[in-house]
Amino acid sequence: MKEHLFKYTLHLADNALILGHRNSEWCGHGPALEQDIAITNISLDLIGQARNFFQYAAALYGNRATEDSLAYLRDARDFTNCLLTEQQNGDWGKTILRQFFMSNYQSLLYDQLQQSKDEQLAAISAKALKEVTYHLKWSSEWVIRLGDGTDESHARMLKALNDLWPYNGELFIPAPYEVQAFEEGIAPDVKTLKNNWLNKVATIFEEAKLPVPKEGFSQTGGKTGLHTEYLGYILADMQYLQRTYPNNTW
Amino acid sequence: MNQKILNILAQVPDPEVPVLSVLDLGIIRDVVELGDHKIEIIITPTYTGCPAMDAIATNIRIEMAAHGYGQVKITTALSPAWTTDWMSEEGKQKLKSYGIAPPLPKQQTCRSELFSEEAVPCPHCNSYHTNRISEFGSTACKALYHCQDCKEPFDYFKCH
Repeated sequence: MKEHLFKYTLHLADNALILGHRNSEWCGHGPALEQDIAITNISLDLIGQARNFFQYAAALYGNRATEDSLAYLRDARDFTNCLLTEQQNGDWGKTILRQFFMSNYQSLLYDQLQQSKDEQLAAISAKALKEVTYHLKWSSEWVIRLGDGTDESHARMLKALNDLWPYNGELFIPAPYEVQAFEEGIAPDVKTLKNNWLNKVATIFEEAKLPVPKEGFSQTGGKTGLHTEYLGYILADMQYLQRTYPNNTW
Repeated sequence: MNQKILNILAQVPDPEVPVLSVLDLGIIRDVVELGDHKIEIIITPTYTGCPAMDAIATNIRIEMAAHGYGQVKITTALSPAWTTDWMSEEGKQKLKSYGIAPPLPKQQTCRSELFSEEAVPCPHCNSYHTNRISEFGSTACKALYHCQDCKEPFDYFKCH
């Protein structure tokens, strides 16, 4: 097995799964019925993308690993999602802003990954890109609507921005498996995605009347399994059934 | 592709939009005859997370078995990615009579500009005076619209 390809695929899967799971917490609690449906549809897309990556990772790993064993039976230390994806939902504004940052990133990443030397990663990414493009459009519109909305919504977006900004830097700091994947032509160099990502943020924030913060201290560690305190709670919720009743099925 | 097998597949409905067959949807990418009544059917998902895909694979097996094909291998191919442009013209007509606005041609409508709305004709009264209620609808493949003339809300099978 190519260990770094497995680790890289698992990292992509974890990003999609954890963000998808976070969004799914809105199910039944959205601010309006249509937006409840929207955020849960985005969850469905993300969890679907996670399944494709997990299935591929399981095939690479062999040894009877399955998409389910990888999602439900690993501990927090083994998850390599970026810290941004596991941050708490907060209010609608914070959820929207987290989605915008991540969709912006995923859209640039998958666009490059379509050209991956690894055919399966290329195929999954080409398909996921179509969905992520839609998520990016939807979340961009919401960032503008809330940022340039009322005093209340603007203030909440500023608070969300203050909370989330330090987690963005990690997206562009490659972990060892990302470096190796890049050197073999499997993945893009994430450092090179940063400029386009920032440009998109600047364009949307200008319309949203939000300031683009200066680059500062970046919270890191998620990509190598060092997480914020929130991931454990997510896993406790998400993995409860398989941990309590091993191998249970519907 | 073997016409006889395609005729059988034309009897397999999409579980979410039963007026469409899996052929109409354009998700059957190939049929390979492996000899001795064994076949491989290659399907592609519409949306990555579409929960109907498992049901579709099961329904294909049941229908094929009913026609004497007991050994059917179903393979999922992700590439090239499915697009609404693969939906048959007949399928689009069926969708419209079912009350769902069919996808418009992709080049014409898949736009990335913000706050743009596709001019989707109402499947009930054909009016273009429609507005989007939500980019997301009852299933991954649909958006919600409302007709300002006949006042009916409707689903739009969005371009993808």
